[in-house]
Amino acid sequence: MVIAILFIGVFMVTSVADFNFLVTVHEPLGIAILIFVLVRIGWRRTHVPPPFPPGMGPLDRLAAIYSEKLLYALLLCQPLIGWAMVSASGQPIILFGSLHLPAIAPQNATLFANLLRAHIVAAYLLYLTFAAHLAGVLLHTIVIRDRVLDRMAFWGTPRSSRAAVQAERPVPSSRNSVDS
Amino acid sequence: MEDESDPSAMPVEPSVARSRIGPTPVTRRSMLGGLAAVGGISVVNLGAFLWAGGWFTPDNLTTSRFVDRFEQVFGKHDGFRRNHAKGVSATGVFTSNGAGTSLCRAAVFEPGATPVTARFSISGGMPTAADANATVRGLGVLFHMSNGEQWRTAMVNTPVFTDSVPQGFYERLLATAPVPATGRPDPVKLAAFLSKYPETARAMALINQTPPSTGLYNSPFHGLNAFRFTNSAGTTMPVRWTVMPEDPFQPVMGTAHPPGRDYLFRALINKVAQGPVRWRFLVTIGQPGDPTNDATTPWPANRRQVEVGTLTIDSLQTEAPGNARDINFDPLVLPEGIAASDDPLLAARSAVYAQSYQRRTGEPQQPSEVNVATVEAAGGR
Repeated sequence: MVIAILFIGVFMVTSVADFNFLVTVHEPLGIAILIFVLVRIGWRRTHVPPPFPPGMGPLDRLAAIYSEKLLYALLLCQPLIGWAMVSASGQPIILFGSLHLPAIAPQNATLFANLLRAHIVAAYLLYLTFAAHLAGVLLHTIVIRDRVLDRMAFWGTPRSSRAAVQAERPVPSSRNSVDS
Repeated sequence: MEDESDPSAMPVEPSVARSRIGPTPVTRRSMLGGLAAVGGISVVNLGAFLWAGGWFTPDNLTTSRFVDRFEQVFGKHDGFRRNHAKGVSATGVFTSNGAGTSLCRAAVFEPGATPVTARFSISGGMPTAADANATVRGLGVLFHMSNGEQWRTAMVNTPVFTDSVPQGFYERLLATAPVPATGRPDPVKLAAFLSKYPETARAMALINQTPPSTGLYNSPFHGLNAFRFTNSAGTTMPVRWTVMPEDPFQPVMGTAHPPGRDYLFRALINKVAQGPVRWRFLVTIGQPGDPTNDATTPWPANRRQVEVGTLTIDSLQTEAPGNARDINFDPLVLPEGIAASDDPLLAARSAVYAQSYQRRTGEPQQPSEVNVATVEAAGGR
């Protein structure tokens, strides 16, 4: 969803034929992502994530923790910046039919221009962070093969691997040790 | 790669499985291969993103290149619209008579008043251009509906539009640009352009047959692009709209005009200073077969026309922060009940206006050529 909206975003601003249509997709999609990210952040605050694989070095762990935090921050800020930007342009964000969102910023052309810059910077940063995160996961999965993907996947950590992890290193009992 | 990513598919030696780096053996070869794969995927990944942004397709007609063309022809003028750069802000009210409710369920057509922000302009990207009788005149209107919805429309005084497709508009800008040596378009380029776009030649002939009015205040303005109205019964019909001045239309022939660079705007300002200026808002309903995707072709004159209300302009303002200066009169900002037709110009206008708006709002702002207070201080002189 996030990748789709980023691609829609960079393509729509160039497209003479599809700009308006893609904006009508981009805006509700952004609001949907905002809702999902809020739900997801709520989930993370109440649930302990699976432990890191035992072979993962401290630098890798820091990178994983902070790139994840950066991703959450960007995912939260980006829809809000977009919403405020459209508000500053004086245009309503239409969700469906005559249903539209209220303005969250005063109508101001200079504010619009600044929020537009922020929206563009955040979009590239978001895509770079995603690309770095993906490269990290691939590196761990293909090269190091430490089953780090299992940590994120719906299927969870396989029993055999979990046993190996527990044999290697005690599972942190406090969420602070992995998510501080 | 799929199978390599699944460590359970690999033979696992117990001694290696308990090594520092993981449960599966890692050889120099698999590591290099893996690194190459990660690098390759990342390059494709980032490349796809930049490709979507148009980085590798410099010949595509993008919104940026469209706006670049305006800057190429008219010069770059910080803070101003790339087209219809010269203008004045206005406010007033649209008073609906209720007749539009049978055509369209948009709340703006229910009987009552809707405040509007408007902008009178002349076409071209030069913010200090001298007024001329033949220059296309524009009227942008933003209806601030009471339920928070908006309707924006940008109309011009010509009976048809010059181009039916965005590419034609883009090429016309250059083909009709005056050559410095003669002050007129290059006749060879113009002829080549008109033979490629015969609809533009037909439209120009029609425009030349229709004299403009003496002023902005007694000029009709036409929406030109077709839209679709849907009424409360769910019936959808193709429409075009026009505002007709209540002041008698006085045609003007040739280039003779009152003195001054801004004579059109001065006359408008002096007129509004005397009292509100009104236009009748007319909706024309198309019949099956009437072109909705070609703004260069008029609909037959006998089509049903419904007067849905009156547009009243009672105040003008020098362009400034917060007034019409900061409004993008995007023709696809529409309330529920009004939808775009299949006219490709509508999507293009929306896209290119947005690009122009994004550029000019990020630039230093400069004072507008048309200053209402200065004209009013000078009185009717």
